[in-house]
Amino acid sequence: MDAFTQLDGLVAPLDRANVDTDQIIPKQYLKSIKRTGFGDYLFDAWRFLDQGTIGMTPNERQLNREFSLNLPEYQGASILIARDNFGCGSSREHAVWALKEFGFRAVIAPSFADIFFGNCFKNGVLPITLPADVLDGFFERVASGLQLTIDLQAQTVTDGEQVHGFDIDSALKEKMLKGMDDIDLTLAEAQLIRDFEVGHRQRQPWLFRD
Amino acid sequence: MPSEPKTLYDKIWAAHEVGSRADGNSLLYIDLQLLHEVTSPQAFEGLQLAGRPLWRVDANLATPDHNVPTSGRELGLAGISDEVALEQVVTLDKNCKSFGVQQFEILDPRQGIVHVVGPEQGATMPGMTVVCGDSHTSTHGAFAALAQGIGTSEVEHVMATQCLVQNKAKNFAVNVTGSLADGVTAKDLVLAIIGRLGTAGATGHTIEYRGEAIRRLSMEGRMTLCNMSIEAGARAGLVAVDDTTINYLHGRPFAPKGELWNQAENYWRTLVSDEGAVFDASITIDASTVAPQVSWGTSPEMVAGIDEEVPNPEAISDAVQAESTALALKYMDLSANQKITDIAISRVFIGSCTNARIEDLRAAAAQIRGGKVSPNVTEALVVPGSGLVKAQAEAEGLADQFMQAGFEWRAAGCSMCLGMNPDQLGEGEHCASTSNRNFEGRQGYGGRTHLVSPAMAAAAAINGRFVDIRDHQGGEG
Repeated sequence: MDAFTQLDGLVAPLDRANVDTDQIIPKQYLKSIKRTGFGDYLFDAWRFLDQGTIGMTPNERQLNREFSLNLPEYQGASILIARDNFGCGSSREHAVWALKEFGFRAVIAPSFADIFFGNCFKNGVLPITLPADVLDGFFERVASGLQLTIDLQAQTVTDGEQVHGFDIDSALKEKMLKGMDDIDLTLAEAQLIRDFEVGHRQRQPWLFRD
Repeated sequence: MPSEPKTLYDKIWAAHEVGSRADGNSLLYIDLQLLHEVTSPQAFEGLQLAGRPLWRVDANLATPDHNVPTSGRELGLAGISDEVALEQVVTLDKNCKSFGVQQFEILDPRQGIVHVVGPEQGATMPGMTVVCGDSHTSTHGAFAALAQGIGTSEVEHVMATQCLVQNKAKNFAVNVTGSLADGVTAKDLVLAIIGRLGTAGATGHTIEYRGEAIRRLSMEGRMTLCNMSIEAGARAGLVAVDDTTINYLHGRPFAPKGELWNQAENYWRTLVSDEGAVFDASITIDASTVAPQVSWGTSPEMVAGIDEEVPNPEAISDAVQAESTALALKYMDLSANQKITDIAISRVFIGSCTNARIEDLRAAAAQIRGGKVSPNVTEALVVPGSGLVKAQAEAEGLADQFMQAGFEWRAAGCSMCLGMNPDQLGEGEHCASTSNRNFEGRQGYGGRTHLVSPAMAAAAAINGRFVDIRDHQGGEG
């Protein structure tokens, strides 16, 4: 996994609450057996006026020029700001793959849905929770080219002179900073799992079919 | 001194905690992973690339469900005209063969929606930890199993280690007193609960549904209830074990037999929250006050009783909520204060992991009463949750009743719940749907979904609009 330490980036707004993963990446693109190729379809039904299918490129599509991510001032943005409960709904990790491939490395919102939040950390995309009033301030100024600096080690989002601290689970922080592989970390405890399994089989033998 | 009273969730967690790390996270052992074609290919590929084996082959069970067509099923793979979808189903076949995972393939009579198949086979058992790369895995909580939806990276992690790395969630009690009125079902109850909690109301919690009304629900009803826990933000929902649970499981193919059954049953009977167990949050709902529900917006919390009206955004004080409501009404093409019974529909979908079990099909068929699908309804689909549900409905004569009334009778799969297969809503169409999500475009580009119970969907099919089925309960029959 890619490590995440610091990010200086342009901010793009998505001023909606309860943005669900069906909006982030619609179902017709989930038929791929790969982890890549989703960025072109991020927020597909909002970014484009026509209905897309897998394999189409943005050049073939009819752009919705009013949608925030299509506005010239937000091109090249790497930080997305959003409202409450971002990423609710389906567990599709494709939503995070699409955000990342599009160019976002961080999403800042007052709250996130659980499964989406966890999926971000598997892919080097940092979800940051900041209070709603701080987000209100970002939304007010975003059109004038808001640049933020995110420092994961220091747990800060810096907006010019203003520094906003954020909370993060220490294990998730460590993994992001080092870009560590979850499976390697767990397999380092393989003996512990095997020992547990022996006792588990004795206590609930009906759970084992072999 | 007896130990501190524990919730059901606390007990299942404790029985699966392999160890806790210094950072506060735990390794949680997983008993069953359900696999389908959409969220597993990248995980299998990851495993292959890293040269890792499946930790425990027998703890996995697979079936294709998300993108399989519901017509032309007798053709098997040849019936999948979408090449990209076909590749996913074929890839699942290949992966299951090469890793030795048991799969109910497309032509197997046991094929169906993973969350219908697992319980039907008795593969889901009380006290288990269950995962699947699908957020509606919460369904299996009806059996007092800790069942959670996970992303594809976690699917791979469970394949490789049989564990999840997790922080323990908080406990949320949803107490439901009294009993549901005639014509009001578990679906209406869960929609009313989500309407009250909001789509993020239980984020970070495991819900336990408790109380008299829950005890009265069948296993099918409990599955409907737990299924939509995720729509209130909870990763998992639970119902404690009782006779209903035990009776449902007895004799199922994967359930233990003989002495092992007795041993299992003794353990399963302990899977209830202790008297005095403390919950971090709770709400209480009187079941008798719940009316049949219809969603009017683009989020499952946007629901109203059949005897109510669509809300007026201008009457909402919270700015973000007023804006969300206005956007939803625009997308749904509804007006403020419109009566729910004045919403006309042109499509009907009876199916999904929420409502495609035999009891759901019986409730829907009971609303037909010799009527025909309204001429204003261009298509009314009935999609059973599994091949076995389909066969049973056919044996009971339900399929004939549906077809005689003008419904289409299809083969098992997720179908128009998410429209990954050819079953999709057209732009602007209003659909009475027994599924679980009314998000923009969920059932088809520009489609407008109204979430309802199977009985309400069938009645809407006959009438071409939503009707209060309580008006027809009892006397007529």
